[in-house]
Amino acid sequence: MSAATQDTAVRTGRITRTFIYVVLIFFALFYLLPFFIMMINSLKPLSEITAGNMMALPKEPTLAPWGAAWSTAQIGVEATGLKPYFLNSILMVVPAVAISTVLGALNGYILTKWRFRGDTVLFGLMLFSCFIPFQIVLIPMARILGMLGLAGSVQGLILVHVVYGIGFATLYFRNYYAAFPTELVKSAMIDGAGFFRIFWRIMLPVSGPIAVVCIIWQFTNIWNDFLFGVSFGGLNAQPVTVALNNLVQSSTGVKEYNVHFAAAILAALPTLLVYIVAGRYFVRGLMAGSVKG
Amino acid sequence: MSFLNIDNVTKSYGNVEVLHRVDIDVQEGEFLVLVGPSGCGKSTLLNMIAGLENITGGTISINNRVVNDVHPSKRNIAMVFQSYALYPNMTVGQNMTFGMEMHGIPKPERERKLADVAKLLQITPLLDRKPGQLSGGQRQRVAMGRALVRDPDVFLFDEPLSNLDAKLRVDMRTEIKKLHQKLGTTIVYVTHDQIEALTLSTRIAVMNKGYVQQLGTPKEIYDDPANMFVASFMGSPSMNLLPARLVEDNGQLAAELTDAGGTGLRLRLSQDGQGLRSHLGKDVILGVRPEAITDAEGADKRAQNLQILRNEVSVTEPAGSDTFVTMSLSGKDCVARMRADAEARPHEVFEFTVNMDKAVLFDPQTEERIDR
Amino acid sequence: MATARQTADIDLRTRLQDWLPKLVLSPSVAAILVFVYGFIAYTIYLSFTGSKMLPSYDLVGFDNYATLFGLSAWSTALINLSIFASLYIIICMAIGLLLAIFLDQKIRGEGLLRPIYLYPMALSFIVTGTAWKWFLDPGIGLEHTMHLWGWESFKFGWIKDRNMAIYTLVIAAVWQSSGFVMAMFLAGLRGIDNEMLKAAQIDGASNWQLYRRIVIPLLRPAFMSAFVILAHLAIKSYDLVIALTGGGPGRATELPATFMYSYTFTRNQMGVGASSAVIMLMGVAAIMVPYIYAELKEKK
Repeated sequence: MSAATQDTAVRTGRITRTFIYVVLIFFALFYLLPFFIMMINSLKPLSEITAGNMMALPKEPTLAPWGAAWSTAQIGVEATGLKPYFLNSILMVVPAVAISTVLGALNGYILTKWRFRGDTVLFGLMLFSCFIPFQIVLIPMARILGMLGLAGSVQGLILVHVVYGIGFATLYFRNYYAAFPTELVKSAMIDGAGFFRIFWRIMLPVSGPIAVVCIIWQFTNIWNDFLFGVSFGGLNAQPVTVALNNLVQSSTGVKEYNVHFAAAILAALPTLLVYIVAGRYFVRGLMAGSVKG
Repeated sequence: MSFLNIDNVTKSYGNVEVLHRVDIDVQEGEFLVLVGPSGCGKSTLLNMIAGLENITGGTISINNRVVNDVHPSKRNIAMVFQSYALYPNMTVGQNMTFGMEMHGIPKPERERKLADVAKLLQITPLLDRKPGQLSGGQRQRVAMGRALVRDPDVFLFDEPLSNLDAKLRVDMRTEIKKLHQKLGTTIVYVTHDQIEALTLSTRIAVMNKGYVQQLGTPKEIYDDPANMFVASFMGSPSMNLLPARLVEDNGQLAAELTDAGGTGLRLRLSQDGQGLRSHLGKDVILGVRPEAITDAEGADKRAQNLQILRNEVSVTEPAGSDTFVTMSLSGKDCVARMRADAEARPHEVFEFTVNMDKAVLFDPQTEERIDR
Repeated sequence: MATARQTADIDLRTRLQDWLPKLVLSPSVAAILVFVYGFIAYTIYLSFTGSKMLPSYDLVGFDNYATLFGLSAWSTALINLSIFASLYIIICMAIGLLLAIFLDQKIRGEGLLRPIYLYPMALSFIVTGTAWKWFLDPGIGLEHTMHLWGWESFKFGWIKDRNMAIYTLVIAAVWQSSGFVMAMFLAGLRGIDNEMLKAAQIDGASNWQLYRRIVIPLLRPAFMSAFVILAHLAIKSYDLVIALTGGGPGRATELPATFMYSYTFTRNQMGVGASSAVIMLMGVAAIMVPYIYAELKEKK
């Protein structure tokens, strides 16, 4: 956004401005409140929660619920805490993001700079694949993963996330590369650079911003996925979202709300961190990807 | 055989033919300009010479080698693009040596050539900068430098000056011309600017709708346009094209027009011949360049056949060195280009002097020039 | 001059360069064709078979669809979806537009407010569901707190109420997505030429008229994008229901996505499950296909 568009031409009076600030702050509280409540209650002993006020700050702050959520809470049959599931998520998310981003970059490069007959149709098919309700692929995917021996494994989940991540990754890189002057590619061709050399020497060095966007997007989506995790994670490859849900929904024993909250925050932490560190790019990428389609 | 030979070349997208049977020979050291309005096929033709677009029919050869199926990098050409196409992530020096690096030329030689060309173009202080830090004119120089270090058989320029402001464009035009004279390289240059075409080229191919309308030296193109398209496209203000009737006046051919008041008037032609006489009594288009219509004092002293034309002036536009005077002839606006102190005034009758040596006639049906 | 051998090399290299892009693209294309379109075809096929716990290949025509639309659970899911989707889309857009317009008034602290509005969308729906489930629980959440604060008559038990539970889904989903819609509108607003607004003010337009007559019509593309994204999210909604209400109380918050899952994997009615997935796909396609078609055509 250029500096010129930052200032708006609309002039507002003092009363209007006060009203605007009140509304904006009200919504800021609305968005912050649930997370704030989770945070303060995750630091209380259980007795303080059941007896007291959810809005009150902890009287005896304790990190015990966090420790329990991480390593001892009963999830499923074993009291392992979130730790192993968190590890599953990391093992799944890192390769899936890396592979889908690389494929997306190459696809975007090809679809904009090496155009061929029917490329738009192919891209349209990829684009639509981003939006399908995944229920439509659950049954055959379960069978194929079984046939490949990948059911209930992290590798199986990586495969699933790569396949359904290609569309968005391609969309981002295609939109970005479309604005990149094709003359540069022609010039490099005349200079004697081939397909991979042009990609490596000309396109990749300027792809930083979109790569960040794509990585954040894929990371958030794959980390937060629940449907594929619960369908194909089996017992050994469940990601942290599924574990969190199992923990919270478990009907046995006392509901340890403080542990639930600590676990929820733990499960949200990686995406929140990524968002805090690189949120600006994230937003910009969402615009590029969604507004422009 | 010529240095760059374009033989019977066509280009189609699907069933649509966009370039029709183009034949152009370029000799070594020639400066050929392809000029025409947008969509005329000039850039397509240039891209085909570069190898960036496939050739549908015919052959293109460079330095006695058919290059139809040769990869762009193996054609020994260099290209300067409209956007300059400088790699944003590389320094100026890296930009200029990238091609040599791709061709496996050893580093000392690359450095030496880079230094030579940088000196020639006076861009040595810029070599370590990134393209984003350069002005438009500097980028243009770097783009040319990148082409020069390749030492190619043919230079291809794709509208290289169109992104510059007016003053810089004129300066760079002169510079390119000097460079050509100094280095004697073979150049194919695409532009939509007819002044660039006339000033730079040794030969011009005027293109329209996928056809080469006329191929010739700047003088041939300007003085003897092959058809009404070339006549109106080349030259500014463009040639006056006036509906007239070819008649005989005391045994000599003349064009009969009407003045602003609707009264007939005749302008005797300088030429005569079989071709012209076959149009006797028929409608023709009389083409006269604005600078061939002046006041008596401004007329070309060496002209053989100056005709006087009295007509009412409709508008005068002083433009500093010249004054453009508009009148109505045969229902069309006709522009005359006069010296600044010519005394024509709006709504007054003025005595114009027309240099009929420079007049050409066109067939209104075919729009082709009528040969004598 | 090129020797014959060089020419052959050149031909090979040129030809390879022609094929390389398609070669590199092909794994992705193959994956999409098999895992998306092949699977869609397979699921459509299954929806016409009598599959129960395992896929079977006996064709039964439209029986599954007849069964599906005869099931009250499915009609409930469809009605719930229509309530949920329309409220979710309308409220998200209203809040998003309001916040975007307000934030666009040279607000001090915009840099702080924007990430606050946006962060919920970095969270998993499971986390969102966990937070809101508890907040809305009358025994321990908001209602309980109000009572402790002395507002004894305060009642907010929607999440336990068959008739109201669907609206709690709307609240949590709006909380998660409206900031994102705000960002889309804000980008649209920032893209509007300021000189046009100045011209309108010189023409005497009040702020209200300015937005109603000029700005909001200019945001059409952002409205379109927001609608498309929210609509497809609504149809796909699964995680949030599982985490917030588990589809209950009773079937009060059953949506097509949860219906499909439970019929296919827990009730062993794979044929019916497949047919419900096909209906969901048709819903998404009805929205997405024209949109994608228009987008791609425009760009060509």
